[in-house]
Amino acid sequence: MRIVLHIWRQKNGRSSGKMVRYELPDINSHMSFLEMLDVLNERLIEKGEDPVAFDHDCREGICGMCGFVINGTAHGPVRGTTVCQLHMRHFQDGEELYLEPWRAKAFPVIKDLMVDRGAFDRIIAAGGYVSVSTGSAPDGNAIPIPKDNAELSMDAAACIACGACVAACPNASAALFTAAKISHLALLPQGEPERHQRSLRMVAQANTEGFGACSNVGECEAVCPKKITLENIARMFRDYIGASWTRRPAGASRG
Amino acid sequence: MRHNPRIPSGAVETMWDRCRFEMKLVNPANKRKYSVIVVGSGLAGGAGAATMGELGYNVKCFCYQDSARRAHSIAAQGGINAAKNYQNDGDSVWRLFYDTVKGGDFRAREANVYRLAQLSLNIIDQCVAQGVPFAREYGGMLANRSFGGAQVSRTFYARGQTGQQLLLGAYQALMRQVDAGRVKMFPRAEMLDLIVIDGKARGIVTRDMVSGRIESHLADAVVLGTGGYGNVFYLSTNAKGCNATAIWRAYKRGADFANPCFTQIHPTCIPVSGEYQSKLTLMSESLRNDGRIWVPVAKGDKRPASQIPEQERDYFLERRYPSFGNLAPRDVSSRAAKMVCDEGRGVGHTGLGVYLDFADAFQRLGRATMDERYGNLFEMYEQITGEDPHSVPMRIFPASHYTMGGLWVDYRLMSTIPGLFVIGEANFSDHGANRLGASALMQGLADGYFIIPYTLGDYLASNKFEKVSTDHPACKEAEDNVNGITRRLLGVNGRHTVDHFHRELGKIMWEYCGMARNAAGLQKALARIPELRDEFWRDVRVLGENEELNQSLEKAGRVADFLELGELLCLDALERDESCGGHFREEHQTADGEAIRNDERFCHVTAWEHRGPGVKPVQHREPLEFHYVLPSVRSYK
Ligand SMILES: Cc1cc2nc3c(=O)[nH]c(=O)nc-3n(C[C@H](O)[C@H](O)[C@H](O)COP(=O)(O)OP(=O)(O)OC[C@H]3O[C@@H](n4cnc5c(N)ncnc54)[C@H](O)[C@@H]3O)c2cc1C
Ligand code: FES
Repeated sequence: MRIVLHIWRQKNGRSSGKMVRYELPDINSHMSFLEMLDVLNERLIEKGEDPVAFDHDCREGICGMCGFVINGTAHGPVRGTTVCQLHMRHFQDGEELYLEPWRAKAFPVIKDLMVDRGAFDRIIAAGGYVSVSTGSAPDGNAIPIPKDNAELSMDAAACIACGACVAACPNASAALFTAAKISHLALLPQGEPERHQRSLRMVAQANTEGFGACSNVGECEAVCPKKITLENIARMFRDYIGASWTRRPAGASRG
Repeated sequence: MRHNPRIPSGAVETMWDRCRFEMKLVNPANKRKYSVIVVGSGLAGGAGAATMGELGYNVKCFCYQDSARRAHSIAAQGGINAAKNYQNDGDSVWRLFYDTVKGGDFRAREANVYRLAQLSLNIIDQCVAQGVPFAREYGGMLANRSFGGAQVSRTFYARGQTGQQLLLGAYQALMRQVDAGRVKMFPRAEMLDLIVIDGKARGIVTRDMVSGRIESHLADAVVLGTGGYGNVFYLSTNAKGCNATAIWRAYKRGADFANPCFTQIHPTCIPVSGEYQSKLTLMSESLRNDGRIWVPVAKGDKRPASQIPEQERDYFLERRYPSFGNLAPRDVSSRAAKMVCDEGRGVGHTGLGVYLDFADAFQRLGRATMDERYGNLFEMYEQITGEDPHSVPMRIFPASHYTMGGLWVDYRLMSTIPGLFVIGEANFSDHGANRLGASALMQGLADGYFIIPYTLGDYLASNKFEKVSTDHPACKEAEDNVNGITRRLLGVNGRHTVDHFHRELGKIMWEYCGMARNAAGLQKALARIPELRDEFWRDVRVLGENEELNQSLEKAGRVADFLELGELLCLDALERDESCGGHFREEHQTADGEAIRNDERFCHVTAWEHRGPGVKPVQHREPLEFHYVLPSVRSYK
């Protein structure tokens, strides 16, 4: 099949970028999207042109490294799928595709389709954990956890921190990402002791990083490759409001 | 003695306790005066860095991805073993020890394996406390499944995302230490050399992958948790970035490489579909709990699976290994699949595939239960192949997956360079010639959470460290070495891309040093690899410059190292003139194709010492002794 690509090319964080057109006349429909870009890059190198930089690693939809916008949709047209798991059979012969990096103030572009998602690490560092040091754990079966809670917690914990939610949100909010971690831990007894503190600090950190506020648009849920639901955002806000009432807000400023 | 394993004396059950007692402690107030470099943020590196941060050391942790959370451990699907015996099915530390020694085909140290089995208990507790959402029974207790090579149900899991959840547990513990200021994280930083000063590992040289800056980092000890070298085969289940550069460059600085030929081919991966293929995807071995593996009885039978009646199907694992059936260990299952494909009974358009069929399980358990167990794997399979495993059987084929070999370490996980510790898949220690499923996660976490924090403390307390700065000539020399390699790579400006050479190397390795090996083939590979390496250095094309984000340059350095490691791997495979575990030498097999080990000549670890470019490395042997699990023919019949 023939595919026409328009790709955002930007040399580095300091330069400005532009869309560049490439044509691939002979793409096999069994290829993955990234394999198609590999083919493009091999050809660019052979012609002496700079290959397109894009992040990727596992190519199994689990590491969260890959991600860019295809024709306006984060990770492309197939729901619940990262770009590395997207295959060319979902496109038509002759289709024109526009590839752009995640666009958000808190995710500066590094080169071409790559952005800096360090802000996500800093949100987790602001309390996205259980404070238990190695060696101090009781037996794994000491606290029974109802199966349904464990499953709900796992649903939230499945987040791969790819950043699609931010890219899709008109406010560039990191609410779904932050809520996924808050929910994962809040739904387990192990996360309970720090539940309030955690929600205050993580939300404050997201604000500090320059992510926008959540206004319930729901685009994040639509593009999430791991199908993390909006319910988690509701849970986060419940915790946050509860924490703001019951705790002195001092915790929030620590972020 | 260069390879003193430093195994504690006494009965195997008491060794680790005695070792811990005999080790020196660092006074808590002094810990912050010591600095440690940890390269890698996977299960091993992440757990180690977090725990050493908790103890109060100054830790610097490096990874090549943009976040510590993306290490390749994240991709592990199936589960993690622990001898909890929660199922009351007769499991014990002793049985896990026994299974692992036997599974490794009697090529691992008993002392290490016993410790691993002991620590498996603590790992589960620790992970649960961190909030890892393991699968649960309705009563709220932890659930288990079985994995290959075991007859008990001891594998803990979090759907098909066990590695992800365990890694996130370690990552969160690590970020807690970052928050506390005890760990400094360096993402998008690649280690390109080891700095050795006065015979001790004292630091690393890194390249900042965004700016290209080359920098020396110094510390009192260095820990490598940089993962395996399975990508030497080009196509593998590893992430694209997985590489041997850190351990290879440490090898060239004096850390001996042990058993490089012990590589694992995983039986259940999605088959190759074309030349453009960039990686292979694993379908977790846990699927073999409920799936049945078969091929048509008749050669060249091209009918769709649904039209092949029961009596014309050969469930070859159930037939050949009645007591383990579809759960036979990986090496055995992979070879059995290769054998039926070699006979012309393989399925799919390439003929390189066998069926993994869930029809019986769907009937027995129903779709809902099956989807709860394997839903994400079914989805992944469908995304990649366009076929729905609910209605047609999966097609699978073996692929390079894991490397048991790695840098040689003693019982305390220290390499032949004092102060250089190696943990996780990067070392050679616990799995012998074949790793059992769900044991790599266990080993990575045992090394990281429970072993290295103690043994490294003992090293720090037992040695004196001169103050050194990055002006030291050793830093300059290592930086010059790195800059020299970069200049050479950028200067060739030949005709072919880096991937071209990597693919070629992969073909050689798979053909001559893959699932089955023989002397003639290995000699061919040993002739061909140096030629390919020369072609690489004459004809590779790496565009751009060092002082920018340059993914071709990153890859080129890694492939240059694979081109050297591939040769050592073949050399080791040639020298080990026996079949054991994942290393199958066609010369040594029974009439029905089972491996024949040679304990008289090869009951040892082979450790290779680098002696300079173009010089044959020196072969050392660490003899293995078995006092508890006596070597026997490994039968799964
Ligand atoms: C698809 C798949 C499924 C698996 N499933 C299972 C399973 O179900 N159960 C099981 O027990 N095992 C499984 N395994 C094996 C297991 O996942 C790995 O052996 C284990 O996770 C390795 O952990 P590690 O910490 O040693 O290395 P990794 O997780 O690979 O981490 C390596 C780290 O080193 C860093 N690094 C590497 N090189 C450099 C460098 N030069 N400079 C700087 N940083 C560097 C990386 O950035 C990364 O942080 C699976 C493996 C694969 C590939
Ligand atoms: S490359 Fe890992 S999720 Fe896409």
